[in-house]
Amino acid sequence: MGMTITEKILADHSGGKTVEPGGLITVKVDVALGNDVTAPIAIRKFREVGAKNVWDVNKVVLVPDHFTPNKDILSATQAKILRDFAIEQNIVNYFEQGEVGIEHVLLPEQGIVLPGDLIVGADSHTCTYGALGAFSTGVGSTDLAATWTTGEIWLRVPETIKFVYHGTRNKWVSGKDLILYTIGRIGVDGALYKAMELRGPVIEQLPMSDRFTMTNMAVEAGAKSGIIPPDDITLDFIKSRAKRSYKLYYSDSDAKYSEVIDINVSEIQPQVALPHLPENTKNVSEVSNIELDQVFIGSCTNGRIEDLRTAAKILKGKKRKKYLRLIVIPATPTIYRQALKEGIIEILAEAGAVIGPPTCGPCLGGHMGVLAKGEKALATTNRNFVGRMGHPESEVYLASPAVAAASAITGRITHPDEVYQGEE
Amino acid sequence: MAIIKGRVWKFGDDIDTDRIIPARYLNTSDPEKLAEHCMEDADPEFPEKVQEGDIIVAGKNFGSGSSREHAPISIKAAGVAAIIAKSFARIFYRNSFNIGLPILEAPEAVEGTEEGDIIEIDTKKGTIINTRTGITYKANPIPPFMEELLEAGGLMEYIKRKYNLGEE
Repeated sequence: MGMTITEKILADHSGGKTVEPGGLITVKVDVALGNDVTAPIAIRKFREVGAKNVWDVNKVVLVPDHFTPNKDILSATQAKILRDFAIEQNIVNYFEQGEVGIEHVLLPEQGIVLPGDLIVGADSHTCTYGALGAFSTGVGSTDLAATWTTGEIWLRVPETIKFVYHGTRNKWVSGKDLILYTIGRIGVDGALYKAMELRGPVIEQLPMSDRFTMTNMAVEAGAKSGIIPPDDITLDFIKSRAKRSYKLYYSDSDAKYSEVIDINVSEIQPQVALPHLPENTKNVSEVSNIELDQVFIGSCTNGRIEDLRTAAKILKGKKRKKYLRLIVIPATPTIYRQALKEGIIEILAEAGAVIGPPTCGPCLGGHMGVLAKGEKALATTNRNFVGRMGHPESEVYLASPAVAAASAITGRITHPDEVYQGEE
Repeated sequence: MAIIKGRVWKFGDDIDTDRIIPARYLNTSDPEKLAEHCMEDADPEFPEKVQEGDIIVAGKNFGSGSSREHAPISIKAAGVAAIIAKSFARIFYRNSFNIGLPILEAPEAVEGTEEGDIIEIDTKKGTIINTRTGITYKANPIPPFMEELLEAGGLMEYIKRKYNLGEE
């Protein structure tokens, strides 16, 4: 019987030849990630059991990205716990302000995560790294502490759903639109406990930035992981970044899937997910009467340089709607500097955007763009749960950077064609 | 902890971890502080109403979204003795076992239970009795390894035993 890419990576890391979906296994971990919200609990647990040293100072990664630059005294205390631990343990991959960016954009950018890796992170969007052909999943703080102690973690081998994307992408249909459409189709628990293997000719044409956006939101369908087979686009992305060896895995042609879902992308138009679940998707043109108080472009989903380029293209020479707040946050310092070089920051600032330092910030209602009661925001982020960006009675609409930029100009949810006539 | 008997608080489908403990309170990891805001965006009065030993009964996909362990920590610290749901999001499921909070998947029990009911859970047998109706429900079985975690009191205690940590 053939195996999926996910089963092969898990088998190799479990020391066995095969694994069976549903089985519980213990695997060796290549990278174990924590941030300023989740790591302080892990550090407490680590100390409580009397552990002295993490299993490998090269494999523990600490990224203070959620409430940094520190938003208040309590957050500063959490960040300090992280920093003190990084210094005490000689953690190689700890990132201080000026180096730090949003973890799920930063780690691939810095070559810390590579194809074939087994990665766990105390952050649900750790599933992002599956775009590199790695097995990567979110866990809790106790799992992280246990991994730091032993270098291993227990996992249930997931069944895999194969998604085959074919057809021709319509104008302005990005990876964000593809994944929103997919979640709309299968629901927020449509892939619960499972791996989503994203395949097909459309995926093979997608740039890495769009691939990361898609695997990033696998958890929004309840999935354990999202994964894309590595190809020339993957290798091109990692060739200047990898500082260690890596391994390419591929699903066998007779691998067993719990389900195969065929998606004809020719039928997909730019998407928006309405409050309060990512599965509440509509075509942008169906909801273009909804007025907005804020537009946010950023996050681990869509804060990459490609996303900022798209936004700048649409916003160049235009202004945001009066009284609408337009917040743009480049996901990492490298992206920030690249955006400066390309003149993107200037274009966005002249359009009336405020540019924030790299942080998760407003995505989770942390800081730098929190919503008041009754306010509506369109965001390029991943979640539109009740109270996600602020007051429990505020609303979040999820969409691509192109839709976000267009909506900032008109002040309501807007298809990019309405404000921009040039090429995509 | 084989028998847990308590009063039911009922919630709907897709209760995500932002509603269990909103990010505005994640600037601390102190269980007592987190308990003060437990379930606040699903029911603002919950932190006041909940009593030691109460049980949460919820719909599908409970604990979806963020990996924040603050969510089950806040529930446990608020005194909730167990959670029964139609299904759980996977990170929340792991986190609950890892911190020693008993949770059971039992869709029929959820359908047959109303807020305020007193239910009796036998975690060993995986049975749930609704004392109002007298009906007994069977929960989906817990894998033996997960039972070991609960018996040890959580993952770190399990690991401590297994690796003899903290012993010089």
